[in-house]
Amino acid sequence: MNSTILKTATRLLLPIFLIASILILWRGHNQPGGGFIGGLMAVIGVALYAIAASIDEARRRLRVDPLVLAGVGLACSVLGGLWGSAAGGAFLQGVWPFYEYVSGEGTKGWPIGSVLLFDTGVYLTVLGAVCAIIFALEEAVFAEREGSR
Amino acid sequence: MPRPLTLLPALVSALVALWFAGFIPEIAAGEVLTWSRPWIPGAGIDFAFLLDGLSLLFALMVTGIGAIIFLYSAVYFKGHPKLTMLLVLLSLFAISMLGLVLADDAITLFVFWEGTTITSFLLVGFDHEKEKARDNALQALIVTGLGGLALLAGLILLGAEAGTFRLSEMNAQGELIKASALYLPILILVFLGAFTKSAQFPFHFWLPGAMAAPTPVSAYLHSATMVKAGIYLLARLTPALGGTDVWFWTLTIVGAVTMVWTSILALKQTDLKLMLAYTTVMALGALTMFLGGGTRYAAMTVAVFLIVHALYKAALFLTVGLIDKGTGTREVNQLGGLARVMPVTLTIAMLAALSMAGFPPFIGFIGKELIYEASLGVVTEPLFVATAALLANANMVAAAGLVAVAPFFGKQCQTPKTPADPTPWLWVGPALLAVLGLTFGVIPSLIDSSIVTPVVQSIIPGEKPVELKIWHGVNLPLMLSLLTFGLGFALFYGRAQIRSSLQSENFTGGLDANKTYFLWLKAFKSFAAWTARTVQGGQMTVYLRTAFVVLGLLIWGAHLSSRDPFNPSAEFPDLIPLTICLLIAVSAAVVLRTGSRLYGLTALGVVGAGIAILFVFYSAIDVAITQLLVEMLVVLILAVALVKLPTMPREVTFRAGDAVIASALGLGVAFVLAAVVMKPFDPRITEFFNAASYPEAFGRNVVNVILVDFRALDTLGEVAVVLIAAISAVAALTAGKRALAVKKEGDK
Repeated sequence: MNSTILKTATRLLLPIFLIASILILWRGHNQPGGGFIGGLMAVIGVALYAIAASIDEARRRLRVDPLVLAGVGLACSVLGGLWGSAAGGAFLQGVWPFYEYVSGEGTKGWPIGSVLLFDTGVYLTVLGAVCAIIFALEEAVFAEREGSR
Repeated sequence: MPRPLTLLPALVSALVALWFAGFIPEIAAGEVLTWSRPWIPGAGIDFAFLLDGLSLLFALMVTGIGAIIFLYSAVYFKGHPKLTMLLVLLSLFAISMLGLVLADDAITLFVFWEGTTITSFLLVGFDHEKEKARDNALQALIVTGLGGLALLAGLILLGAEAGTFRLSEMNAQGELIKASALYLPILILVFLGAFTKSAQFPFHFWLPGAMAAPTPVSAYLHSATMVKAGIYLLARLTPALGGTDVWFWTLTIVGAVTMVWTSILALKQTDLKLMLAYTTVMALGALTMFLGGGTRYAAMTVAVFLIVHALYKAALFLTVGLIDKGTGTREVNQLGGLARVMPVTLTIAMLAALSMAGFPPFIGFIGKELIYEASLGVVTEPLFVATAALLANANMVAAAGLVAVAPFFGKQCQTPKTPADPTPWLWVGPALLAVLGLTFGVIPSLIDSSIVTPVVQSIIPGEKPVELKIWHGVNLPLMLSLLTFGLGFALFYGRAQIRSSLQSENFTGGLDANKTYFLWLKAFKSFAAWTARTVQGGQMTVYLRTAFVVLGLLIWGAHLSSRDPFNPSAEFPDLIPLTICLLIAVSAAVVLRTGSRLYGLTALGVVGAGIAILFVFYSAIDVAITQLLVEMLVVLILAVALVKLPTMPREVTFRAGDAVIASALGLGVAFVLAAVVMKPFDPRITEFFNAASYPEAFGRNVVNVILVDFRALDTLGEVAVVLIAAISAVAALTAGKRALAVKKEGDK
């Protein structure tokens, strides 16, 4: 697609979308957000970029095959679950090594643990899977148009 | 000399066999060894194993014969590109089979049972380039797989009725189970599982078909071990289910019919391997029949005949492999006079066949004497059982002759290869089995108290020890044995006439289980194709129509069949939500009326955004965000797809059918929502999550905490579905591209 406005805007928008998506993933446990929403937001950034620049450009920027990214995401989620069974006793049990809840005062420490790994997995799976579908769809559409010419 | 690494499975299997052999004294002393780990403790299901006489005999067969088969396969398929694959599949099978015979938990047993079904499918279809191998593998899978489902249902019912999934505990309360109302359904389901697995009439047809597998595989799975899983199951559950009239009659009649019918079919065959396959089914029929009997002699017969059959049948199968390897054919008509050129093969074949025919001093003789003894001891119908046994045994003598005499004597025939004895690596295995058959016959005390007695005691708890003897004096069984030999010789000499008359079309009166199976399969496939054509037309509109019609019917069905009073409170909404609702309605109307896809897309976007704003009003922020993001994505994706879609006709036609579906669905959802809102709100779940979310899962966003912590397993499943959907979509979308590339390649 040849639109200077879209191209210029996207160059600015992509990093904003990505940073915002990671923020949303991070804060999701306490405020609106989470891995699924963050992942969708990242997808929109990448998809806009793919339309403005080109699929090849977007694939190059992503560096890894989106399906691989989705696979890594699923692996992260499973690992997060296994972490729970190793340290917590049950598959997918939340494990927070640096975090604790003190009655009356709230939480203390760093909110890093198996649940964050799990949610990051959700983020990556959504990002990879939807990107893979959009890329393949665009490539199929454009390949057919070229083929019919 | 085969590659050393390919001998590893044989070595491991042999070591495991020795390890099991080390348990013989303990088990013979009446001990029962158990081992278990919790699996699904909430449902009372454990990963439990048990070693008693019956398990030990089967474990020794699986590992001992397994070692011989592994060695034989490594040599038989030396240099074959898929040898590693074969050994891996065989190993997986051996593990499944071992788990099956050792399991003490019904569900554990079932999992391993299915493991043998699947590995058997893969092994029958090993030569998957051949259509016949694929068809027969599928046939074996369908027949035994359906039986497996029935078995699962039976085991679950049995577990529910007995209050335990431990087979040993079920066996301890046989009286209770037999008295229950569910006894008959349980019995039918378990019988279906056992009969399909052990190829009993009318499911006998899949086993000869499974002979599409490589010969060592047939020797192992379809003769020595897997097909006996059904027999094992019946023997294992005899204390829990056996001893009733229905048990006795079903097993006796099914076993007898299978035994006689397949022993006749065996004589019809010209392929040595197929002939052995039918005699295997005959043996399974005999075992089933005697499991019905439930007497001391019947249990002894089962125990001894299991050993007899495993030894001679595996040896003969492997011998047929040797003949096939040496001459290039298994057709009995093309073989003759091999005695001079293949003396070793002849010796092994003779040793095994003499045991099969039941000549003294082989273990087969003891087995046959016991068969007659047990037949005559059947309380209700000794004449029926003994006649069936006599007929089948006579056919067995003739079949033994066909395998071990016909190919080796008479005129030497022209064979595809110049016949010669194979390397010792190949014949040492079958030779060992055949020699064991002779040794156990000469010195039966080697096995009677150590192996046979514990098996008998597993089937009939507390039964007296067994003493096996080769000479019982001049009695009725001996007379029957002599009669068997006479009949068998007559059948062998008249084999040509018998075969031609058996092969004529009208012999079975047009009834053929295998043909019936294929007719049924064909009908089922065309039904499946019809449903696929109707429901999944390949057009988006057809899919949507089908889905919406079904959904609409469900909703209205639920709504109209509900007996609750329907009087929703009419509450006038606030101004802003009302405005948004109007906006949504107008946009929806635009979607219906517009002739431009771009307008339609934009209007749909407004509908979605409006709904998102409504979510915000009812403080469902997470849902609102998700809804908005999904709307954006839909616009992005459709914007791409728009390029490809053909231009719409300017005139929008009114389609009455679709209008009805759409209105019915929309109104249905509205009514159901109204009905749901009408019900008093149960706040317990909300209160729990609100209270537990922060202290227990350290998160204030309850929605997210539910997604990633309380109900994380659901999320994991959904994430996996997302990935699978992406993989399928990418595969479907790139298929056209790949086809284009292939076409371009072809044009060049």
